[in-house]
Amino acid sequence: MSVNIESSAVYTNLIARRLWWLLVVASLLVTMTIIDILVGPAFLNVFDVLGALLTPEQTSDPTVYVIVHSIRMPMTLMAMVVGASLGIAGAQMQTILGNPLASPYTLGFSAAAGFGAAVTILFGLQLPFIPEFTVPIAAFISAGLACGLVYGFAHLRGVTAEIMILAGIATLFLFQSLQSLVQYLASPEVLQEIVFWLFGSMLKATWFSVAVSGSILVFSFLLLVNDSWKLTALRLGDERARSLGVNVHRLRLKIFVIVSLLTAGAVAFIGTIGFVGLVAPHIARMLVGEDHRVLTPVSGIVGAIMMVGASIASKLISPGMVVPIGIVTAVVGVPFLFALILSRKKGHW
Amino acid sequence: MLNVDGLYVDYGSVNVLKDLSFSAKPGSFIALLGPNGTGKSTLLKAVAGLIPARGSVCLGGIRKLARQQSADAFAYMPQDTGATSSLTVLEVVLLGRLRSLGLQVPGSLREEAEEGLSRFGLQSLGARTLDAVSGGQRQLVYLAQSFFRNPEVLLLDEPTAALDLRHQLIVLDRVAAHCRENGTIAIAAMHDLALASRCADRLICLSAGEIVADGPPADTLTGPLIKDMYGIEADVVHGTGGITHITPLRAVEGAIGGLSSSPQ
Repeated sequence: MSVNIESSAVYTNLIARRLWWLLVVASLLVTMTIIDILVGPAFLNVFDVLGALLTPEQTSDPTVYVIVHSIRMPMTLMAMVVGASLGIAGAQMQTILGNPLASPYTLGFSAAAGFGAAVTILFGLQLPFIPEFTVPIAAFISAGLACGLVYGFAHLRGVTAEIMILAGIATLFLFQSLQSLVQYLASPEVLQEIVFWLFGSMLKATWFSVAVSGSILVFSFLLLVNDSWKLTALRLGDERARSLGVNVHRLRLKIFVIVSLLTAGAVAFIGTIGFVGLVAPHIARMLVGEDHRVLTPVSGIVGAIMMVGASIASKLISPGMVVPIGIVTAVVGVPFLFALILSRKKGHW
Repeated sequence: MLNVDGLYVDYGSVNVLKDLSFSAKPGSFIALLGPNGTGKSTLLKAVAGLIPARGSVCLGGIRKLARQQSADAFAYMPQDTGATSSLTVLEVVLLGRLRSLGLQVPGSLREEAEEGLSRFGLQSLGARTLDAVSGGQRQLVYLAQSFFRNPEVLLLDEPTAALDLRHQLIVLDRVAAHCRENGTIAIAAMHDLALASRCADRLICLSAGEIVADGPPADTLTGPLIKDMYGIEADVVHGTGGITHITPLRAVEGAIGGLSSSPQ
């Protein structure tokens, strides 16, 4: 049977449209990244910043060089990495749990990371040789513990979306309560430090944190790309995916571990960031559909755009200071989420 | 050749399938009949290897198939067409050959998928998302996906439940023709007895998880069998060309085959 011209163009058109959106969001991210580096409380001249970026060896003022290379660039790159990690983690979470309200925080990883950080700050713990990394490492380990809890429970009771959500929400409440307990026990000074960590701030970003979180992001992304079609099949439901030869339980557990790694890598250094992981995948899905070959990178780029945008906003809200980015993402995120729900397109939620 | 031997399936303490055995030659189209909850869907899933079962399912003399081999050989099409997604119709069909899909989809595979859509009159819906087509069209999309998989055994759970009369005939004739031409074995769980008699070349009738009749439609489908299986009295007249007229007369008092032991 011959295929008519209109029909044979369907796939080409679909792919062309998706690649177009990929290009659009990637260009937007590059533009916003440059703006984010240009903006800051030091009120540097645009040309000086560009000079420090493009021809650092010719920069006459060492202060400009230090601000751009040691403060602004790590902050911007960290915002990109964290946004991309949360966007990708959110997209995978919504797929494996078959739930539009799922995000990297649904299963309590972030609350666990917060608890780990809070305990370390409360007791003033410090690792030998690398004291500055004590809090991130504690947050990372604590998030891993939450992952192990949910994983173990799901492994024992059945790897269904419902069981994982239930186990995850229980874990979320457990670590939130423990976090509150630590805050209750803390002195006012320590409490202030804990709360500042929990806000999520790019001021904690360093080149080292960019390298660690960035490596986790790249490694996780490569693993996810390999399972793109299986994840796409999962959007048709467990039974259909299984009938297509997908080992649904194994896939769900594998993606769950990758998501926990991505989330822990994102929040361990800079603290809690809300809404990016929930909203970015929905925007990506509206632009490019469910094909995970494109949905995964676009979710990451949209997440990065949201974080870099929040980073710019956090510097502009109050001239001369940087508001913690975690506050900005949540404040901008809620109305944005409401607007998305009101303009929802059937099937995206 | 498909050989099912001594198949048992339990849901908790409920025996849903009890010692089922049957064989099917390549090219045969079998309609699986029986009241609700009698184990038709369970049998299809057990044959596809999607649920734990005791007994053996052999295809071409090979008993145990690995998951992916099993997915290649058996294409199970679930009954539920309600689950929607914003995947496009073409993507849903392409997913039928999951193992052949990489970062790039080969041109030949795309054309084959589009050809598969044309076979069911869906060529203009390729770019439409699954949630933007009707329930009947969704069922046709899943049928196109099952055919696209080109399996040795097609396991169809109520494949025409959401279709109008014309499409029911077209789809079942297409299944029968596909079986004849490619040597595929098709087993379809159905409720329309007349349609099953007209299109399938063999009926397997289930009642409370057991096979109560197995054979060609004209020999198998009788008034007493319908009364035993469904708890109704009916006039059954087998006409020429495989046309069977069934006139339901009245329901008989008492429990019926499937529902009493239906798994929850």
